[in-house]
Amino acid sequence: MTSAVPVIDVHELTKVFGKKTVVDKVSLSVNEGEIYGFLGPNGSGKTTTIRMLCGLLRPDGGKGTCLGHDVLSESELIKPHVGYMAQRFSLYGDLSVRENLEFMARMYGVADRRRAVNDTMERMNLAGFAATLAGNLSGGWKQRLALAACMIHSPRLLLLDEPTAGVDPTARRDFWDEVHKLAGQGITALISTHYMDEAERCHRLAYIAYGKLLTTGTAAEIVARENLATWEISGPGLYALIDGLRALPGVEQVVAFGVTLHVSGRDAAALEAHLPPFLAGRATAVRIASSLEEVFISLMRGTRP
Amino acid sequence: MTRLFSPSRFAAMVAKEFVQMRRDRLTFGMMVGIPLLQLILFGYAINSDPKHLPTAVLDNDRSVFSRTVLAGMKNSQYFEFVEEVEGEKRVEELLRLGRIQFVVTIPPDFGRDLVRGQRPVLLLEADATDPSATSNAAASMQQIVRGTMNRDLTGPLAPLQSREGPVELRFHPRYNPEAVTQFNIVPGLMGVVLTMTLVIITSLAITRERERGTMENLLITPVRPLEVLLGKLVPYILVGYIQMALIVVAARYLFEVPFLGSLPLLFAVSFLFIAANLGVGITFSTVAQNQLQAVQMSFFFFLPSILLSGFMFPFRGMPEWAQYLGSVLPLTHFLRIVRGVVLKGNGLADIAPHLWPIALFLVASLGIGVKRYRQTLD
Repeated sequence: MTSAVPVIDVHELTKVFGKKTVVDKVSLSVNEGEIYGFLGPNGSGKTTTIRMLCGLLRPDGGKGTCLGHDVLSESELIKPHVGYMAQRFSLYGDLSVRENLEFMARMYGVADRRRAVNDTMERMNLAGFAATLAGNLSGGWKQRLALAACMIHSPRLLLLDEPTAGVDPTARRDFWDEVHKLAGQGITALISTHYMDEAERCHRLAYIAYGKLLTTGTAAEIVARENLATWEISGPGLYALIDGLRALPGVEQVVAFGVTLHVSGRDAAALEAHLPPFLAGRATAVRIASSLEEVFISLMRGTRP
Repeated sequence: MTRLFSPSRFAAMVAKEFVQMRRDRLTFGMMVGIPLLQLILFGYAINSDPKHLPTAVLDNDRSVFSRTVLAGMKNSQYFEFVEEVEGEKRVEELLRLGRIQFVVTIPPDFGRDLVRGQRPVLLLEADATDPSATSNAAASMQQIVRGTMNRDLTGPLAPLQSREGPVELRFHPRYNPEAVTQFNIVPGLMGVVLTMTLVIITSLAITRERERGTMENLLITPVRPLEVLLGKLVPYILVGYIQMALIVVAARYLFEVPFLGSLPLLFAVSFLFIAANLGVGITFSTVAQNQLQAVQMSFFFFLPSILLSGFMFPFRGMPEWAQYLGSVLPLTHFLRIVRGVVLKGNGLADIAPHLWPIALFLVASLGIGVKRYRQTLD
């Protein structure tokens, strides 16, 4: 379902703010029609990378193309075909929903403006809010409007920077359905997120921490590559066990998951050998498949600066 | 139950304000440095008793007595002779263009009539559009004439030192014969109001986009800097014209200021002035980090505009360096244009010398604005 022509193809993109290297030699390749998840902790350089891709920031190093145009010198050619949604709501709060969309449509020189605005509002269920001031919309509807605004000019590439941050689960689900529908039409999307359930809805993922790209691939590939073995521990008084678990040979991380603990390590044999004796009589351990979350936490530990 | 007034909560509030104040470097600098700068600038520049006012001389007598009068005027330091003219026509021209403040006319046979005790007429004409610029000099004239004449009128001429003086001094304040302050202030206000409102409004224009986060959204679109900057200016040009129209109507019907020149001409040339102010605002807008800073910068521009332009204090009363500084400001030139058109009936040719400095300022300010406008978030 994906063609071989990469929509985003950048190599060793680097951005330095003052003395701090915020993005350090990040290379990405995103194919047409792909939903590409961009993950990483806060301050890892996701936003900066996305901004470099669409010309909002000038890279200090690296090269590459976005939609076939040079990211360093041809951002004017890239902009008209990119839909960008900033992390912070960045439409005009004192303009109505319709006015905001019309403004964006005019900025991009959309041919049949009235129709484009009406169609977009229809599709995003915004018609009922046409005359509402954008500033008065609730978080979920603001995000919906922002998505509508970045699609008004039928872009070929969507760059969405944490589009679902602070949005309720229903609105998030609707949002992802919409993104998949767009992908079906051949639109490529690069979406940064913190949510693991969202990461699993992406075709491919990239994980970035402290400015460095740690891994890329499908969720399954990434999990398999890390080769992490995980046990789920359940029982009463689990928190008292955490320090003890961490000291066991082979244990690389202990993470609280609701009422259970997830204990992971690459050395499955060591864990197998030491976990049951330690827990005997106090809790039970069941081996489970490692999830993306454990893998990402493990990845991040390995690169702490 | 919490106390109505907790000293520790109050202290925390005060401490937080201080920390925030210190973090905003520019604001902090403006609070401390600007008053000092202004004190020095305006303290030395402003002088409500202007001296060395440019004066033209039309001496039809050229006698020892006429030279005495002129020497006395010069010694008073109020008058500085810049040109000796031959005829009335040149006098009119100089006054109309605002090149001179005074013209002193000495009639033919001034010396002869003086000796005969016929009290010849000494005529002092003034460009009195700004009454405060001329009043002191004019008032001192009587004293000067009497003082200098009496020194020459000795021996057999001593009886001429009569009570009413040997010479009849006539003072003609031109353009504003009754010295109505409003005639000078109200047209000037046109420029002041435009400067104040337009610079502040536009200085907020881009700063607001940045502060609200909408700049990011704007920058991602294919929009070009000039489109953004001009697009933000145009609505305010209209606002500027509405303000002008209001003041013109008020000047006419509330203050009964005579309007001698062409209204369409005034409105046409005001375009430059309005645009120049908007250019400054836009430039501030690209520099300021937040809206507070933008407003402060506007005031930093507004204060010298009001004090060094000749609006409140006579331009010619200022020291030379302050006059140079004032000459940079568009308001200085616009005031001359407005007063010229309204009170003197100046035409385009008369005001042309004041147009190009405004145009130059416009190009510079808008140029800096465009150059400083970043197309990226870097």
